[in-house]
Amino acid sequence: MNDSTHWLLGRLDASALPFWDALQHPTTKNVINAVIASGAASMVVLGAIAVVIGLTWTRRWGWLWREWLTSPDHKKIGIMFIALALVMLARAVIEAVLMRLQQAFGLDGGFLTADHFGQLFTTHGTIMVFFMAMPFLTGMINYVMPLQIGTRDLSFPVMNQISLGLTAAGAAVVMISLVLAPFSTGGWTGYPTFTGHAANPGAGVDYWIWAVTLSTLSSTLSGINFAVTIYKRRAPGMSWMRLPLFTWTALCTAILMIFAMPPLTVATALLALDRYLDFHLFTADMGGNMMNYINLFWAFGHPEVYILILPAFGIFSEVFSTFAGKTLYGYKALVIATLAIAVLSFTVWLHHFFTMGQSAHINAVFGIATMLIGIPTGVKIYDWMLTLFRGRIRMSVPMIYASGFLMLFVLGGLTGIVLAVPSVDYQVHNSLFLVAHFHNMLIPGLLFGMLAGTNFWFPKAFGFRLEERWGRRAAYAWIIGFMLAFFPLYALGVLGMPRRTVAFFTPAYLPWTLTALVGATIVLLAMACLVIQLWVSVRDRHLNAMPIGDPWDGRSLEWAVSSPPPEYNFPVIPEVYGRDAFMLEKERGKAYQVPDEFPDIVLPANSPMGVIFAVTGTAMAFGLTWYQWWMVLLAAGITLAAVIARGFCRNTTRTLSGEEVRRTHLTWLAQVRATTPVARSREQSTDNRGLPVPPVEGAIQ
Amino acid sequence: MTALTSRHTDRAGAPARHPGLNLGHAHREGEESREEMVFGFWVFMMSDMILFGLLFGTYVTMLGGTAGGPGPKDLFDMRGAFFETMLLLVSSFTFGMASLALKYRDDRRVLVGWLLVTLLLGLGFVAHELYDFHRMFEAGGVPSRSGFLSAFFSLVPLHGLHVTVACIWLIALLGQLAVHGLDAQTKNGLIRLAILWHFLDIVWIGIFSLVYLGGLA
Amino acid sequence: MSRRTLSDAEAQERASEQRSYLWGFALALILTLIPFGVAAFAEWRPLHLYLLIGLCAMVQVVVHFRCFLHITLARNKREDLQLILFTALILLIMVGGTLWILFNLYYRMMPHMLP
Repeated sequence: MNDSTHWLLGRLDASALPFWDALQHPTTKNVINAVIASGAASMVVLGAIAVVIGLTWTRRWGWLWREWLTSPDHKKIGIMFIALALVMLARAVIEAVLMRLQQAFGLDGGFLTADHFGQLFTTHGTIMVFFMAMPFLTGMINYVMPLQIGTRDLSFPVMNQISLGLTAAGAAVVMISLVLAPFSTGGWTGYPTFTGHAANPGAGVDYWIWAVTLSTLSSTLSGINFAVTIYKRRAPGMSWMRLPLFTWTALCTAILMIFAMPPLTVATALLALDRYLDFHLFTADMGGNMMNYINLFWAFGHPEVYILILPAFGIFSEVFSTFAGKTLYGYKALVIATLAIAVLSFTVWLHHFFTMGQSAHINAVFGIATMLIGIPTGVKIYDWMLTLFRGRIRMSVPMIYASGFLMLFVLGGLTGIVLAVPSVDYQVHNSLFLVAHFHNMLIPGLLFGMLAGTNFWFPKAFGFRLEERWGRRAAYAWIIGFMLAFFPLYALGVLGMPRRTVAFFTPAYLPWTLTALVGATIVLLAMACLVIQLWVSVRDRHLNAMPIGDPWDGRSLEWAVSSPPPEYNFPVIPEVYGRDAFMLEKERGKAYQVPDEFPDIVLPANSPMGVIFAVTGTAMAFGLTWYQWWMVLLAAGITLAAVIARGFCRNTTRTLSGEEVRRTHLTWLAQVRATTPVARSREQSTDNRGLPVPPVEGAIQ
Repeated sequence: MTALTSRHTDRAGAPARHPGLNLGHAHREGEESREEMVFGFWVFMMSDMILFGLLFGTYVTMLGGTAGGPGPKDLFDMRGAFFETMLLLVSSFTFGMASLALKYRDDRRVLVGWLLVTLLLGLGFVAHELYDFHRMFEAGGVPSRSGFLSAFFSLVPLHGLHVTVACIWLIALLGQLAVHGLDAQTKNGLIRLAILWHFLDIVWIGIFSLVYLGGLA
Repeated sequence: MSRRTLSDAEAQERASEQRSYLWGFALALILTLIPFGVAAFAEWRPLHLYLLIGLCAMVQVVVHFRCFLHITLARNKREDLQLILFTALILLIMVGGTLWILFNLYYRMMPHMLP
């Protein structure tokens, strides 16, 4: 690298290309790894080119800009969050299958280099937590929560755009790292001193730091946005004890985001100071202390797992109650349990490092605190089962996911209690037992929840139902695939196989790793089923259309509006008289009434802030990773200028005339009157236009 | 579904909508968005508070990590710390006076006057802090010297960075005042900046007590 | 010319608010001067000095919240008070836990890190 290009490219040179190493040292293993890495890189490049060509070909740039990228509408931002999550899910699942392949053939070597394997488990974990789970649940809350509490948008729509922009930037950085490699090999937890400058001076860890930091900032802002919205924007009459349970879990998740993200910001920022400015916070020499990082990371990390799981609990609560046709059993207990989990989650982080060397009494305190969380979670499980008890259950796709969750999550919880005993933890610490445990919580918990939520609310967002047959196949494949892929890992952990192992020398592991590979293949099939389900649903969208908007005889306010909902959500803000607000209206025959008047509606105007943050965020992270300081300064300058300019902006709203709203709403109401209602038993047939048979007067729902 | 057209009208005589610093009844325009914005900003401040709290904790755990390098007694200067403390404390008071002018007066002159005084005090604080760091660097107190100094330089300059950002925000708001006058959005900005300014003074209490006085005691 | 014509109630409110700022400033000044003064000029035992500094700092934080940020116990202002108290709880758990864990580690394994 000569000096003339150094200022431009920093430390970026040809060796960052994924096949460079194989060209220099063409051993068989290196070539195989280069083919895999280059294949992934070319998928990213070709995918990007295909999107650009597709948009240009269909002349949709303007549409994309106006309708999506600059839209402050919480519904569209939610959909974009979820789309991003699904793309990242696809990548991370493929990586998981590669890792299972490696371990299935890993006796005495396998086919991946240790470095490549390290990048795989690091990106898999980082993506699944920060760029699949977080955007998925953020998108879900974004879409559903404002509809459930009866408001038109979040409190800070532009900040919502910025949240999306920052997460997208972080995801973009992880994707770019496939083309201009490497990514970190330090695992999603990134412990120093391995990730310090002395042991790991390359670009990989820097990619990881900035991707994670972008995601953290995004989540903090989302948390603030959600919490303020739920505090300040509930429809009149929507008191705390009338909130739908999904909104309750959204609030608790938001509070956790606000208070649990700062430790991670501190941890990654201090690690960055160590790496860039030669600080000695986590180094092995000069008075540094790497254990401080572990402590900070898990002070974030444990509340984080409840950030991930609580919204899924909320979704399951809605699913159980809707498809059992009953009001939730023990609503207050569920709310209290959610709050208890949220607070307790701050008191247990040490159980992630029982083996670090602190006294037994500290381990005991945190071990007991950990087991205590089992109590409110148990309360929830019983409440859900009692909700199902004597209900007329319809086994729809969300219910299949929910049933899988109920059984598998309890198993995962029990292994968690086992791990919470410090003396047991000493035996299985850092083994595959742990990997099995947290996948057992996160796949049946979080992922099944999100997929159930997608099947549940998809018709609301797009106006047609997702096809059920392929949906069922996907759900069963997920459940079976999960069990085959992860139950063997419990056995492997007890047998003593460490996590993140690229190769092993114990033949006894082999039957288990092969079984796990079969499971991973079935999970891959499940992913394929999801894609086919989406494809078939879009193809048959007219057959499965349900413009009226209430396909499952829903209970909360989001089902009271058309599908897809108008951009202002509600022509007039609804008034709430009780829990299960919309079901109450239907019971009293008060649903679908004509409002007395249609006032003008003020909505936030479009803004390019989200796009600006996405672009400058990506540029800043990329520049910092490769030491391209001009890019960092430029991006930082543009960001600052944009924020200041935004402060001077005064035309931040636009007004929709009441007349227009009236026309749209009356057209929809006429459609409601002209539609034949469908009984619950026929809701999965093409008769379902989104209008359920009204409940019998006086019957208990 | 009953129409509820105007849930937020007719609030005369009602108590202030949002707690803490507020503008009172004479500033009705933008009241609703102000309520959300101020509450949201408070929540953000509390998130920031956690960040500072953890850095304080880290600092305390790193006190022993001097690695044979200079310690607090070799590097800290009580007079400088006292001077910086006074600058920030007085600036907090002058911002309070600005808030009073914003709330009870129609003209901008007094408001702008107090804001300019506050800005000068803030910039003076940043300048003196930079000078203080420079002095520490000269005495061998650089962050790469030891874990203790690393912790110091990740805590105290972060506060200084916050003050710098607050100063930039103040300048931007003065610009908004010049361009748009004292409209609802400028007022929203000023009241949030007031919260930030007082909050930064609270963080500084922690810094001068724990870092400087604790280190020199 | 500049002052808006204030109603009696407003004028009273203004006066009380101004008093609050002045009181806050005076109290904060005293609570700053005491620890600085003692640290600079008195020969106290370190433990007593730490206690005094900590006490003054804590009182001063309360004064700032009360007088400059107007966080009081009044009913309509509870929301922010609850937020601040919850933050204090989380800080106590996180920072207290951190110190407990790490100093225990130092005591057991890294005595040179004890200050």
